[in-house]
Amino acid sequence: MKLARDTWLVFQRYFGIFIHNPAWVAVGVIQPALYLLLFAPLLKSIASVPGFPAGGAYNVFVPGLLIQLGLFGASGVGFSLISELRLGVVERLRVTPVSRLSLLLGRALRDVLTLLVQSLILVLLAFPFGLSFRPWGLLIALGLVALIGLLVASVSYALALALKDENSFAPIIFTAALPLLLLSGVLLPMSLAPSWLRTISTLNPLSHAVEANRAVFLGHLNNPNVLQGILIMAVLAAIAVWFGARSFSRAIS
Amino acid sequence: MSGSESSSEPVIETDQLRRVFKTRKGSVEAVAGVDLRVVAGEIFGFLGPNGAGKTTTLRMLATLLPPTSGRARVVGHDLLREPHQVRMRIGYVGQRGGADPEVTGRVELIFEGRLYGMSRDEAERRAADLLSTMELESCADRRISTYSGGQRRRLDIGVGLVHRPQLLFLDEPTTGLDPQSRARMWEEVRKLREIGTTVFLTTHYLEEADALCGRVAIIDQGKIVAEGSPDDLKRAVAGDVVSVGVTGDPQTALQLMLSQPFVREGSLESGLIRLYVDRGETATPAILRLLDAAELGLTTMVLSRPSLDDVFLRQTGRSLRESDPG
Repeated sequence: MKLARDTWLVFQRYFGIFIHNPAWVAVGVIQPALYLLLFAPLLKSIASVPGFPAGGAYNVFVPGLLIQLGLFGASGVGFSLISELRLGVVERLRVTPVSRLSLLLGRALRDVLTLLVQSLILVLLAFPFGLSFRPWGLLIALGLVALIGLLVASVSYALALALKDENSFAPIIFTAALPLLLLSGVLLPMSLAPSWLRTISTLNPLSHAVEANRAVFLGHLNNPNVLQGILIMAVLAAIAVWFGARSFSRAIS
Repeated sequence: MSGSESSSEPVIETDQLRRVFKTRKGSVEAVAGVDLRVVAGEIFGFLGPNGAGKTTTLRMLATLLPPTSGRARVVGHDLLREPHQVRMRIGYVGQRGGADPEVTGRVELIFEGRLYGMSRDEAERRAADLLSTMELESCADRRISTYSGGQRRRLDIGVGLVHRPQLLFLDEPTTGLDPQSRARMWEEVRKLREIGTTVFLTTHYLEEADALCGRVAIIDQGKIVAEGSPDDLKRAVAGDVVSVGVTGDPQTALQLMLSQPFVREGSLESGLIRLYVDRGETATPAILRLLDAAELGLTTMVLSRPSLDDVFLRQTGRSLRESDPG
């Protein structure tokens, strides 16, 4: 009860701050649209290459793009927390009896909501290009994006609290996000990759999310990849939330 | 503060509170076993140079930092076992404030009230009250980034008072304020005592501790070196202070003075001879005669009552002003 109330209060506050900053809202929408308009058309011509998954260029690319949105959209959220640390906001909140888990969850859920809105815009934009999906498939896909958002945002906040400095936070976040992206098969399917690369890619949890999401968009809900991808993301998200909340209860300065 | 029970009731009681920070070069003992007792209704000053351990002690007492060892009871609850109970009853205003510049003062006060469990209506009413008592109505609905230093500081204190805490921690409440805003802030702190709030403040301004605090503790290198009312501490230094500047070698002059029975103590501080004497009015003519006989010229001579700086100097061998970078 207190947890829900505190989380709602923290969520409302950070949603209010976000919504009053139209620049960020615009960036969030424009970025996925650019990928769709400037990159997806390239895939059309290679969709006939042997090894390219079934379903057409957009049904292969958009599910991956949603995962990428989750990864890149949430990885930078720690930046705002670092400036709050410097201003003493985090310290001030930690002196109140507010739940430490809520301090993390309230923020992370704001980030998840932003991601979900961006994802919907992306799917709607891709629809006229020939993306096909079922309503329940879209719901599962959004659920997967939400889990990734929760996972990545929690890691980003925990890292920000540990490093307390933009100059060490930025290189670590970007260095980690890029290989995760390349090894997930978002840009081009891993079915095209040489076997050693494909092996490494199976160690990347995000590649399972991408596989799951592609199966969902093809309507293959019975495909074991779907449940596997969701479970892996759910377990990792739970661990990340626990770790992030722990960082909030220990945060120094 | 009528009843004797309320004035003797401890609001803060610590037992050998200690904090060690681990760094790459080894461990640093920031607070080296501090025993404090603060009673209800007083304004208690924690005085010391930067890096003495003031803020670390404050942050431990405000549940922000776990002590390495030692115990403390704050507002009647054990700091380590009942942090939630402590948090419900204390307010804390850090050096950096902690208000988000992106939102308005009113939004910040309402949010804070909600975090302490107030309903929306209750929090709105309390925010309106505080905006009025802190005289922030004119800027209540402007973003905090547009506030002046003094407005900003008053808002920070308002945020710390939303839930009517029994005890308010103020970490360097007037650092960086102009003299006018500082005087204004002192008034606010005195008002807190009138409504029965105990105040624990840190400062490195001696005038501030002298003007506000009923009792002070002086901390240096993680240890409390003196404690008591400003007057008691000054009396312990004893007598008056005469500062003398001479044209010749000040060391010779100092030795000469120290051999006199009416001089209790003396030291050289940036070329000036600082003498602690029993009675200033008889000492000054005697000093003049001595200098004359030794054929040393006089450049300045100032007679003053001892300040808290003298207390600090006597306890630590250093001047608080010298260690103050500001």
